[in-house]
Amino acid sequence: MSTGPTHDMLAVYPESPPIDLARTLDLAGHRWKAVASAAEAAGHEPAQGWAGAVVACDGDPEGAWAFCGALRRRENAVQPLLVLISGAQMADLELRHDLFDDFCITPCHPVEIETRLRHLLARGGGNVRPDVVSYNSLVLNLETYQATIGGTPLDLTYMEYELLKFLAQNPGKVFTRETLLSRVWGYEYYGGARTVDVHVRRLRAKLGEEHANFIETVRSVGYRFGQSRWSA
Amino acid sequence: MLDQQRDYVLRTVEERGVRLVRLWFTDVLGNLKSFAISPAELENALSDGMTFDGSAIDGFSRVQEADVLAMPDANTFEVLPWGDSKSVEARVFCDIHNLDGTPFEGDPRQVLRRNLGAARDQGYSFYVAPDIEFFYFAPPEKGQAPVPLDEGGFFDLTTTDVSGTLRKETIRTLETMSIPVEYSFHEDAPSQHEIDLRHTDALTMADSVMTFRLVVKEVAAKHGVHATFMPKPLEGVQGSGMHMHFSLFKGDTNAFYSEDDAYSLSPIAKQFMAGLLHHAAELTAVTNQTVNSYKRLVPGFEAPVHISWARNNRSGLIRVPVAKRGNPSATRIEYRSPDPACNPYLAMSVILAAGLRGIAEGYELPPEADANLFEMDDSALIKLGIDTLPQSLSDSLKVMERSALVQEALGEHIFEWFLRNKRNEWRSYKTHVSQFEFDRYLRAL
Repeated sequence: MSTGPTHDMLAVYPESPPIDLARTLDLAGHRWKAVASAAEAAGHEPAQGWAGAVVACDGDPEGAWAFCGALRRRENAVQPLLVLISGAQMADLELRHDLFDDFCITPCHPVEIETRLRHLLARGGGNVRPDVVSYNSLVLNLETYQATIGGTPLDLTYMEYELLKFLAQNPGKVFTRETLLSRVWGYEYYGGARTVDVHVRRLRAKLGEEHANFIETVRSVGYRFGQSRWSA
Repeated sequence: MLDQQRDYVLRTVEERGVRLVRLWFTDVLGNLKSFAISPAELENALSDGMTFDGSAIDGFSRVQEADVLAMPDANTFEVLPWGDSKSVEARVFCDIHNLDGTPFEGDPRQVLRRNLGAARDQGYSFYVAPDIEFFYFAPPEKGQAPVPLDEGGFFDLTTTDVSGTLRKETIRTLETMSIPVEYSFHEDAPSQHEIDLRHTDALTMADSVMTFRLVVKEVAAKHGVHATFMPKPLEGVQGSGMHMHFSLFKGDTNAFYSEDDAYSLSPIAKQFMAGLLHHAAELTAVTNQTVNSYKRLVPGFEAPVHISWARNNRSGLIRVPVAKRGNPSATRIEYRSPDPACNPYLAMSVILAAGLRGIAEGYELPPEADANLFEMDDSALIKLGIDTLPQSLSDSLKVMERSALVQEALGEHIFEWFLRNKRNEWRSYKTHVSQFEFDRYLRAL
């Protein structure tokens, strides 16, 4: 393992992880701590930070993905992050590429979990989250939360920034309003589904007339940022 | 509050070199209040709020319980688009709390939050789109009647240029402050303009109306012009209204829409309208809160007088605009009595409460009044069962003080204070001897 002894503690979710997972981690000699929430992960975090996280999604997928999201959104994002999902949950992986580094389909052989984990840890933190997202003349600096277009700062509200970031990270893909709501706003939005339209309208105004078409309306589906990957 | 949201605000302040952060909130009468803090205090303000003396604010605390807490709503943080680049300022709307952390009952924003919470408990999101009218005048001289810009001489440019420039700049500023504009045009009266905002959820919209009024005034003042939201500044021409378009959504679905109805209105929409009509008189003091408001609500100037509804009749209190075909989400109702001098948080609160009451009690919508009601005499109206809105602030207050619905929607604190304050306003108006009386009586009597 490439990590030193002071930086080898894994965070494991949920608080009572599947027994097979616990055994696999123990047999492979990992040091780990099971936590019930992102807040608890922060509370129990070793001084050197978590070496990575293993998240079992099959019990409470919503809680598990929220946990992944929270770990990734922190100032020092936790990585690598291995998720365990059931075959029926494969679809959940779509659109969540930023929330995990690798996955195993359960049930799976302990060797598989261990091998994938070792690969991830050996690679080191890796650069799964680029600090800068750019498209055409639009640049988003994820570290400083600043957006510019043609070098001019864009003054965005927090949710406008989050929506633009999500879209710009997934150019060419079509998203429904529901997907955008659940991915950008999370489950606690209260403006209703039209909130997405309102924010898209605001973003277009702020991007300015010549760039307003960065966000395209896909009739009776939702929105797409930038060119479809099928067009020239 | 999410850590990330707080980080976003703090980082933006740092990166954009913000020198001053203005904490915005609204008093009971709907005036925008603000105090400024330095960026160094912002982190603390975001986590713990800022204490201030509420007794200095109209309708806030009584003196013995003076201190309240302003909690910034980080979602509303925005860099202000005016001022020079060397001293960038930002604003954030605040919710006011008691020192123990409970919502402060004198804060109109908290009142709207509470009413929206009641709607949300039933699965509804409340959407609002206002059409806001206002006038541009030469800077007013004390005691003088207002001078419209259109009446020449005030500017070297032609009048269309001036007001066109003002309006364009206003819209640009609004758009950079996350307030999308749907339409804008010169209204019928001299120097009168209308700007229609795109719908948003009600809380965002009430904040937007507060920002809107400031932006319109700021932009005008920069050009030496006075913008006013006074409901009836000029006798003999239209006053300024703030018609509000409403709809209730359940998730992605417009609860006001029905495919099977001739008007595309669902039973929910009709009950909401019935609630609004039934309680309209009780709400009027809130939606039309000045002595001057009632000089707008007279026949002949496209302002509503009668408590009625119709599809295309602009003399009615509620109009049902014909939505574009095949666009269920555009189905909505337009409530036409409010004026732009109202407190938007409180107006939306009482309107929503009345509508929800209609739904809860299953009120029946009276028949459409499609004739021109202004041409009917009183006996014909009585036969149709059509009442009029209160004719003066005094009349409105009398109806309001008996309204359990308004009391509940506003909460005891604001309800009592509002009545007291507005009765005083009426009293000082009543004792004023006006030009009208001199002209009419001084020589004749």
